[in-house]
Amino acid sequence: MIPEIGHFALILALLVALAQGTVPMLGAARGRADWMALAGPTAVLQLVLMLTAFLALMQAYVVSDFTVLNVAQNSHTSKPLIYKISGVWGNHEGSMLLWILILALFGAAVALFGGNLPATLKARVLAVQAWIAIGFLLFTILTSNPFERLLPAPENGGDLNPLLQDPGLAFHPPMLYTGYVGFSIAFSFAIAALIEGKVDAAWARWVRPWTLVAWCFLTAGIALGSWWAYYELGWGGWWFWDPVENVSFMPWLMGTALLHTAVVVEKRDALKVWTILLAILTFSLSLIGTFIVRSGLLTSVHAFANDPERGLFILLLLCLTIGGSLALFAVRAPALKSGGLFHPISREGALVLNNLLLATACATVFLGTLYPLFLEALGGDKVSVGAPYFNATFLPIMAPLVVAMAIGPLLPWKRADLPGALGRLKVAALLTLLAALMAVYLQRGGPLVAWLGMALAAWLFAGALTEWAGRIKLFRAPLSESWRRAGRLPRSAYGMTLAHAGLAVVIAGITASAAWQGEVVRIMKPGDIAELGGYSYRLEGVETHRGPNYTSDTASFTVLRDGREVTVLTPEKRIYDVQRRQTTEAAIHSTGLADLYAVIGDADGRGGWTVRIYHEPLVPWIWAGALIMVAGGAVSLSDRRLRVGAPTRRRKTAAAPA
Amino acid sequence: MSPGRGLRSSLGILALILGLLAPAGAAAVLPDEVLDDPVLENRARALSRLIRCLVCQNESIDTSNADLARELRILVRERLTDGDSDAEVFDFLVARYGDFVLLRPRMKPANYLLWFGPAALLLFGAAGVTLYFRRRRPSAVDGLSAEEEARVARLIGQDPDAE
Amino acid sequence: MTRRALYLLPLLLFALVAGYFLWGLASDRNPNLVPSALIDKPAPAFDLPPLDGLGRPGLATADLQNGGVALVNFFASWCLPCRAEHPLLMDLAESGVVRVLGIDFRDSPEDARRWLGQSGNPYERIGVDERGRTSIDFGVSGVPETFVIDREGRIRYQHIGPLMARDIEDKILPLIESLSE
Repeated sequence: MIPEIGHFALILALLVALAQGTVPMLGAARGRADWMALAGPTAVLQLVLMLTAFLALMQAYVVSDFTVLNVAQNSHTSKPLIYKISGVWGNHEGSMLLWILILALFGAAVALFGGNLPATLKARVLAVQAWIAIGFLLFTILTSNPFERLLPAPENGGDLNPLLQDPGLAFHPPMLYTGYVGFSIAFSFAIAALIEGKVDAAWARWVRPWTLVAWCFLTAGIALGSWWAYYELGWGGWWFWDPVENVSFMPWLMGTALLHTAVVVEKRDALKVWTILLAILTFSLSLIGTFIVRSGLLTSVHAFANDPERGLFILLLLCLTIGGSLALFAVRAPALKSGGLFHPISREGALVLNNLLLATACATVFLGTLYPLFLEALGGDKVSVGAPYFNATFLPIMAPLVVAMAIGPLLPWKRADLPGALGRLKVAALLTLLAALMAVYLQRGGPLVAWLGMALAAWLFAGALTEWAGRIKLFRAPLSESWRRAGRLPRSAYGMTLAHAGLAVVIAGITASAAWQGEVVRIMKPGDIAELGGYSYRLEGVETHRGPNYTSDTASFTVLRDGREVTVLTPEKRIYDVQRRQTTEAAIHSTGLADLYAVIGDADGRGGWTVRIYHEPLVPWIWAGALIMVAGGAVSLSDRRLRVGAPTRRRKTAAAPA
Repeated sequence: MSPGRGLRSSLGILALILGLLAPAGAAAVLPDEVLDDPVLENRARALSRLIRCLVCQNESIDTSNADLARELRILVRERLTDGDSDAEVFDFLVARYGDFVLLRPRMKPANYLLWFGPAALLLFGAAGVTLYFRRRRPSAVDGLSAEEEARVARLIGQDPDAE
Repeated sequence: MTRRALYLLPLLLFALVAGYFLWGLASDRNPNLVPSALIDKPAPAFDLPPLDGLGRPGLATADLQNGGVALVNFFASWCLPCRAEHPLLMDLAESGVVRVLGIDFRDSPEDARRWLGQSGNPYERIGVDERGRTSIDFGVSGVPETFVIDREGRIRYQHIGPLMARDIEDKILPLIESLSE
């Protein structure tokens, strides 16, 4: 019964989307206020219906209703409850439902919180959201319906892949989707602006909060996925330039660029055409990502549904959405009036550089990910483009960007004095030199470029703090005044400082883990001791345990430093009952400066076990830094100026406060 | 060495260095595979990271648990012990599996677009940005001339509501 | 009007990318298959021991260079698709149109002997490749894979995955015919 309700809700959502996509758009064209007013309620209704459908599917999973095909294929009664729930989106059909739910969520949010949007803009934005929803609802209902029945029902289901039965992975897809589906709002705003023929500071002011929300979630989602890979896959790796990782990274790069140019549109009324294009491209990359993951076009660890028929449908959606929006861009963008002028050396100029480098980086990732396909299509051989390529091309583009990131915020708008700004960074430069020297001193067989990475991290961190210190006149005015200034700084300033500093922390973590990772692979018997990174690891023993749906060999390591016990690590090797798959559960202890990482392998039959121990310096900083970046975004979001007092479109003379 | 080859080898070295900056975790090397000579073992590990595990999804033989990966790891170590250079080890595998087995694409005409693309894109973008700045009238941001200042003063005097 | 043309550039680039996507979906390609690099090259040098107990000799390169067109089939007792294609190999062996030779890939000789004893043995000769080195030399990445070798011992065709009746009829038999002339 309940799956039928869910199915029905899904179809109703499609009908509502059809209404939402047509009536308000026509109303905006004709100035019919009553038609435009339909946008908000339909968006909210769509959310309610999608939520109903989603919860109906979740109910089927929770009670293990195996008459629903999707549940039978992907679930099992012995799974713990949390994985029954997260199993809803651990497969293609269910995740499509989540995708559309989040699309509806953002639409409803604009409807409910976009009170100060002009009616025409709101109507158009929500209509475009509806168009996207129509496409994906059709796709889901026609080719990937999660509510299909399976009769007679099997006794039990196929179970969720044990690798996915993990708390980190439970949150990874919803966060990721909220991220890159959230960019649909920026997209809708861009299309609405093109249709209206007008892009101004007000538009940028409205777009920014939604883009920020999406960006925050995408950053968190990518970091979470990375962290999951790190502790689950058992070898300390956390980024592989796998095609599916790349397709989540590309919208992030463009989304970051978009966040920055939106500021220029808002403050200086410039770079409008480019910003519109960015908004379109960011979401387009999300769509292309959705396509690549589900079409079976590329090999990937993440491979989802590999069905060419579904692939064709999504490709059609892509052509309509991306092709249509880019065609609209080609026709309407030339008419957009360009605004404020600025000197190349200025804050705007720095943001142009930022965009140039981010866009090139994104294009590089795109090129590398799809090159095997392109080459094969042209009749060439199969080639592999793996991590070595991306590291060789991506990192040299990001390095200058990081250098510029410390300088840019110090430049004023319109025209800047570069030597002056550089002069203010003298302390930062000194700290950078110190960090580089320290890196060279600690050099123990790692790559030479480790010093470059640490130098960049120090430069960026010091630069971010220098900018903040400058704003509050630290050490140049009495401390009380600095304190007062600090309290009155706009939140978006803190957001920027946090985000940039967070990135610096991430860079430090990445560099250290790449340069100074230590590893010991040995056969150990109980009582044996291994030494690594100043720590001693004593294997106490290995026991067999029963879990809810698996059997595990659990090892116990006492970790000592200077003779004192630091922690006990208990890595596991599990075999899951249903799919008979093996997973390794690494044991990790974070000291804040490093991770102590132990993995238990196979027994050698003579009382010994294969053991891997890793020493991962500064790796926790990667996740901590990402968290700081997300915090920066959240702090920016809480800036009242983004919500209250968002400019209503009066006369053109209304200028946004700096 | 001809300029082309010199460029290629410097790029190759740069690529190798930057490639080694990658998160270097190895899942899968078992204790019995490890060579006694640490120099050779390090070479073997470095090479393994550049060789694709053919039965996995996008992994190197260094990190894969698959049987074929293990066999290839042992093969690489054997050839290194026999005195093969890095290039010879790669050639051995490519002769059997094609370029697909290399995770870092070779520098050959078919891959020029791949390797030179990023730099070309950057130059193209930089050119676009330069043109954008050139098209703007530079005088407007370099300050007003005396008569323009006077004009502004007059306008301000005339219309108090205008900016 | 080059400015206007510039605005069209994103759309054109997307059209190009979409075209490749379409090709990728429409064509028969499987991104997971690893083709051998040895097509049209001589078969690698190898000399594999026989599988004891079945009364068939071992397999070496020399056997491929004299004796007519041959089919070299890589198989293993633990490989399920190999069992699926087994009847087709039996038919081919019986028809006599080609020599069917086998290489036992990473298998315990005991298990292989038992399986072939139960299901029938289509192979004129069987080489045991326990460590899989010969398979690597052939550019094999898994089982089953089947190669067509011409009279001079050159590899002419590689089929990855289990043989299907369609493949045999459409590709393999015609090739064997043309090579036998």
